Amino acid sequence: MEVYIQGIGNISPQNTSDNSTFLNEPLNHEAGYLLCVEPNYKDYINPIQLRRMSKLIKMGITASKMCLQEAGIENPGAIITGTGLGLVGDTEKFLNQVLDYNEEFLTPTAFIQSTHNTISGQVAIALQCYNYNNTYSHRGFSFESALLDGMLLIHNKDAENVLVGGFDEITPEHYSIVKKTRWVKKENINSLELLNHKTQGSIVGEGVAFFSLAGERNDKTYARIKNIKTIYKPQSNEEVAEKIDLFLKENGLSKEDIDLVVLGLNGNTETDHYYNYLSDNYFNTNYAYFKHLSGDFHTAGTFGLWFAAMAVKHQMVPQIARYRKENFIEKPIRNVLVYNHFRNVDHSIFLLTQ
Amino acid sequence: MSKRVFVTGIGIISGIGKNVEETLQSLIEGKSGVEEIKYLRTNHKGTIPVSEVKFSEEELIEMAGVPAGEPYTRSTLIGMIAAAEAVKNAHIFDIKDKRTGLISGTTVGGMDKSEHYYHDLLNTNNHIKYIETHDCGDSTERIADYIGVKDFVSTTSTACSSAANSMILGSRMIKNGMLDRVIAGGIESLTRYHMNGFNTLMILDREPCKPFDENRKGLNLGEGAAFVVLESEESVKESGKKVLAELTGYGNSCEAFHQTASTPEGKGAYAAMKEALERSGLKPEQIDYINAHGTGTENNDISEGRAIETLFGTNPPKISSTKSYTGHTTSAAGGVEAVISVLAIQHNMIFPNLNFKQQMKELSFKPVTELLRDVKVDHVLSNSFGFGGNNSALIFSRY
Repeated sequence: MEVYIQGIGNISPQNTSDNSTFLNEPLNHEAGYLLCVEPNYKDYINPIQLRRMSKLIKMGITASKMCLQEAGIENPGAIITGTGLGLVGDTEKFLNQVLDYNEEFLTPTAFIQSTHNTISGQVAIALQCYNYNNTYSHRGFSFESALLDGMLLIHNKDAENVLVGGFDEITPEHYSIVKKTRWVKKENINSLELLNHKTQGSIVGEGVAFFSLAGERNDKTYARIKNIKTIYKPQSNEEVAEKIDLFLKENGLSKEDIDLVVLGLNGNTETDHYYNYLSDNYFNTNYAYFKHLSGDFHTAGTFGLWFAAMAVKHQMVPQIARYRKENFIEKPIRNVLVYNHFRNVDHSIFLLTQ
Repeated sequence: MSKRVFVTGIGIISGIGKNVEETLQSLIEGKSGVEEIKYLRTNHKGTIPVSEVKFSEEELIEMAGVPAGEPYTRSTLIGMIAAAEAVKNAHIFDIKDKRTGLISGTTVGGMDKSEHYYHDLLNTNNHIKYIETHDCGDSTERIADYIGVKDFVSTTSTACSSAANSMILGSRMIKNGMLDRVIAGGIESLTRYHMNGFNTLMILDREPCKPFDENRKGLNLGEGAAFVVLESEESVKESGKKVLAELTGYGNSCEAFHQTASTPEGKGAYAAMKEALERSGLKPEQIDYINAHGTGTENNDISEGRAIETLFGTNPPKISSTKSYTGHTTSAAGGVEAVISVLAIQHNMIFPNLNFKQQMKELSFKPVTELLRDVKVDHVLSNSFGFGGNNSALIFSRY
C-alpha cells in the first residue's frame, strides 16, 4: 500500500505555502477561530476566473497547483478530495437566499458551487484532467478516505500518481453556530497557548492541503506513507493502543521504532486522554502536536500529514510544535506516526517512513 | 487481483415502495411515485411534482423502531430502513462475524433539518441538537450504529453519482482483502435547499418527467435510500449463501467540462461506460440492458444518448430510465438503480421508461416502453452522472 509524497500545497492558518521553511515564524491567533493565511492567488489563477470564485475554491485551486508544481506533475492520474462540511460560505449564501426570499428570486451560482465535489471538479477543469475523480465527506474520515482511495489506486496500478486533498473553511456565521456545541471553547484564547486552557472544547480552524502521491521514490520525495488506518468509535484508551500496536506489527515495526509521534491534541479536556494515554503508557519517544497551529476541523489530518512529511524531510521538529519538551531527545527522524481523532469518534493513524 | 465481488443482499425505500417487494411490484405495474408534494415543507407544493417516500417522519421513526426525540434526519431514517433490509436480505445474522464496512453516499446530508431550524440555530439555543446532524457523515454513522457496522465507515459525496462511487470503493476494498463485505449505496431526502437549487437551473419538469423523449422538459426530484451488500468470493463460499448478482465492472471518469453541464457528445459518460466494460471483460454486445442515468433534462439525455451510440453503435442494448418511476433521487440514485438492475437480472425483466412518446431526433434509438418479461438479462450497465462532471458506471452480471 505504500506511496511516496512528491509534492505538497498547504494553505493553513500558518505560513505554510513555502515548504522550504518549516514553521520558523509561528502565528498566534487571538480570535475564537483561526483563518488561513491566504496566498497571492493571482500567481495561480487568472483574474477573470478569480472574480467568480468563492474563497475556498480559490484556496483549493491554488493549493492543488502549488502541490503539482512542486511534484512536477501536469496531469495527475486521479483527483480525490475530502471535506467535512464542504463549501460552507456558498452553502450559507444559498440557504439564506432560500429562507429570506421565501424560495423566490434565487440565482444558481452559490448552489452550483456548494456541492462537496466542487473543488475536485474545478481542479479537474483547471487541469483538464479526465481521470478518476472522487470526493469523500465523512467527518474525521473525509481526508483519510480520500488518502486511502488514492493509495489503493496506486497499489492496484490504476494510476501512477494521484492528487489527494482535504479542505474545510470556517465562516463567522458557522462559528456562531458551532460555538453552541460542546466541541468549541466558550472563551477566546491565544491559539499558541491552547494546551494551557484546561477546559471543554477546542478552537476552530480551517485549511486546504493537497498531496501528490506516487508509487516510486524520486528526488522530490518528502517521505513514504507506509500505511494508514481508521478506527471508528473505539471504546477505550487501551483499545486505541492495542490497535496501534497491531497496526505497527502488521507493518513490520514496533513502538520502539517510532522516532516521532504527532498527536492531534486539541486542548479539549474531555477527549485529549486518548493522546495522553499513548504518551504516558505506550510510546516512549519524541512527541509533537499541531492543533494550536491549525485549529481543529474535520480535515485537520491534512495538517498532521503535512507536519509529519515536513519533519522527515527537514529532519527536525520545530520548537513550537514539541510536546513533552522536557523529554525531547535530538535524533534522526526515520519513522513517524500521526494519531488524530475527530470528536472522539473518528480516529486515524498515518505511518510515515523516511 | 482475481477476486470477484458479489451482491448478496439489496434494500430500498423510495417513492415507489418501502422495501424490495413493493418496489418490484410498482416496477411491474408501471406505478410511478411522482406526485404532488405532500411531505416537504415548501412553497412549491402543487406546482413542482416529486417522488417522495410516502411516509411522514413520525411513521419512519416507527418503521425504523428508533426512539422519538432523537436527532434523526429524514435521510438517516430512510437510510436505516434500507440498510437494515439489505443486511436481512443477505441473511447476515451477526454483522460482526466478518470484517464489514458501510459506505454511503449523500450530498445534502442533514440539510432537511438544518434548513428548517436554521434561524433557531443561528439566533437561539433551541434545536441545537441538529447542529451535529448537518454534515454528510452524521447519517452514515447513525446507520452504521443501527446495523452494527464497526470496521469501516465512509461517505462519498459526488452529487448524483455518490452511491455509485460508494459501490466502487466498496468493491475495491473487498478485492484488496481489506474487508469481507461492504454495505454500499446512498441516501437523500428532499430538501427545499436542493429543490430550489435545481429550480434555479430551470431543469425541473412541471409534469412527470419524460426521459429520452423529444419533448422532455427536465427532471423530477425524488428521495430514497438504497444499499447493496457486496461480499468477497471467500465470504460467499464459506457461508454458501445465494448470490443475487456479481459486480463485474465499474468506471469513474471526470468530464472536466462544466460544474453542472455535460458535453453534447457525452465524453465523460462514454469514458465511464467504456472503463466499466473493459474492467468486466465484456464486449459491448454482451450488455443486455442499460439502466440509464436518463434524468429527462435536455442536456443529459442528448449527452448520454450520444455516448451510448458511440460505444454501442446505432443498435444499442435495451435502454430505460427508471427515474420516470422514482424521480431523480440524486445521491441515492446509483443505489436505487443498482437495486433495480439486480431485480432485472433476478426476474429476467426489463422495466419500461414511463411517459415516453416521441423519439429524440438526435438519437437512433428509443427506450423500452413496455414491461419485458422472460427476457435474457445477464449483464446490466447502470449509469450515474453528477455535478462536477463526476461520471460513474457499474456493471451487474448474472452469477
